[in-house]
Amino acid sequence: MTSAPPLIEAKNISVRAGRKLLLENVSVTISGGEIVTVIGPNGGGKTTLLRALVGAVSLSSGVVIKRPDLRVGYAPQRLMIEASMPITVDRFLALAGSNTKADRISALERTDTFHLRQTSMASLSGGETQRVLIARALLRKPNLLILDEPTQGLDQQGEEDFYALLRGIRAGSGAAVLMVSHDLHVVMAGSDRVICLNGHVCCSGAPETVSVDPTYLNLFGSRASLALYQHHHGHSHDGHDHSDHDHG
Amino acid sequence: MDDFLVRALLAGLAIAFAAAPLGCFVVWRKMAYFGDATAHSSLLGIALGLALAIPLMFGVAIVAGCVAVTVSLSSGRNGFAADTILGVFSHSALALGLVMASLLPDLRIDLLETLLGDILAVSQTDVAYIWAGAVSIVAVLVWRWRSLLNTTFSPELMIAEGGSARFDKLLLTLALALFVALSIQLVGVLLITAMLILPAAAARTMANSPERMVGFAAIIGGCAIAFGLSASWFWDTPAGPSIILAASLFFLATSSLGMLRA
Repeated sequence: MTSAPPLIEAKNISVRAGRKLLLENVSVTISGGEIVTVIGPNGGGKTTLLRALVGAVSLSSGVVIKRPDLRVGYAPQRLMIEASMPITVDRFLALAGSNTKADRISALERTDTFHLRQTSMASLSGGETQRVLIARALLRKPNLLILDEPTQGLDQQGEEDFYALLRGIRAGSGAAVLMVSHDLHVVMAGSDRVICLNGHVCCSGAPETVSVDPTYLNLFGSRASLALYQHHHGHSHDGHDHSDHDHG
Repeated sequence: MDDFLVRALLAGLAIAFAAAPLGCFVVWRKMAYFGDATAHSSLLGIALGLALAIPLMFGVAIVAGCVAVTVSLSSGRNGFAADTILGVFSHSALALGLVMASLLPDLRIDLLETLLGDILAVSQTDVAYIWAGAVSIVAVLVWRWRSLLNTTFSPELMIAEGGSARFDKLLLTLALALFVALSIQLVGVLLITAMLILPAAAARTMANSPERMVGFAAIIGGCAIAFGLSASWFWDTPAGPSIILAASLFFLATSSLGMLRA
């Protein structure tokens, strides 16, 4: 692996909402150029972790250390945008600030959404909205893309296409990707590293390591063995750490 | 035309001007309940204004502003939803205002006028204050325009891109409190939110950008003021409700046209 300092590092962060502990003592490191996927059960704190990294929720303990040159492009799970707001895709991208028409066209082309340029945001499907959000994140010329459930509502083919898109983005700009997903088998084939989160980090590491981890098998049960099966069909190994955490 | 009618028209146009951008945000961000609750708290403001012998508008601005700030700062911190906290504060203020009104009979609060407004009674000084307030509201919203649109889409996105969602939310609630103070004499507690929402909603189907929606809302609001005042003059109907009724006719017209086109 690279010896450069990580892009972003969360050290023992905890987040609470009222009395409820959403994240407990979570440590996560993202280095340049890697695709890392966070999986875990609903309510396991996946979205909270991303929000904590971008600074949208306050930490009750721990720190997030950012490399000075870190530029985050963030795509939330969904927009609060309502049918009540008339706005085109192009204008929505322009609102990200300091970008030109050429920048916007190129970002839309990279996410296969150029044909939607003059469409109203309110009339986009879930998958189209996600791609437009990623286009907006790309406009910031990020070295880290943080995507919350970008594959939500896509079928398996759509999801595989999506990972191909991400690899294209990484090849083009060298940006690392941190994202949340729920679909196990495509995750296993498409990520460099997987973090399994259920309030705390259950296990993390290369997909092949995580997929045989007892805590992971325990969380996902029969769906996990399916992912494992899928996983054995063609994926290159390049030795990542398996950081085991104690549970408590 | 009589002087009082000119003053009413001038004050009304100022309100329509400020209501256009503010009302669009109320519609986009679903803040209608916030508008209503802030308006309810204004009764305490009127009592305060009478007790301190300051213009009622200032009393209302102080109380509505305090409610808005308290709610903005405390929401999301103690496990209650924002609208619950809002309900607690604004209705406590309303109840306190009513109790004060009965304990201090010298205050002579005209409840009917508070609820329904009396646009035909505005003085020249009122008109000046209302225009000053309306221009400040519009200036603040124009200043933070891009940022306010971004927080409306997604507060997290806004923070991730380096902005502060909390500051914009506070500005918006303060602008709303100021609007309540300006318009209470014109349309009354009950119809303030209607003055915000109706022109914006009527403008929605005609517009293809946020700015055009604001522009159309301003025009529709201005026409509603003119038509409502005319109706009041010719048929002797109450002015505030006539204005709102005119605005709702606009809404009916544009939304049926929109449905026909779709």
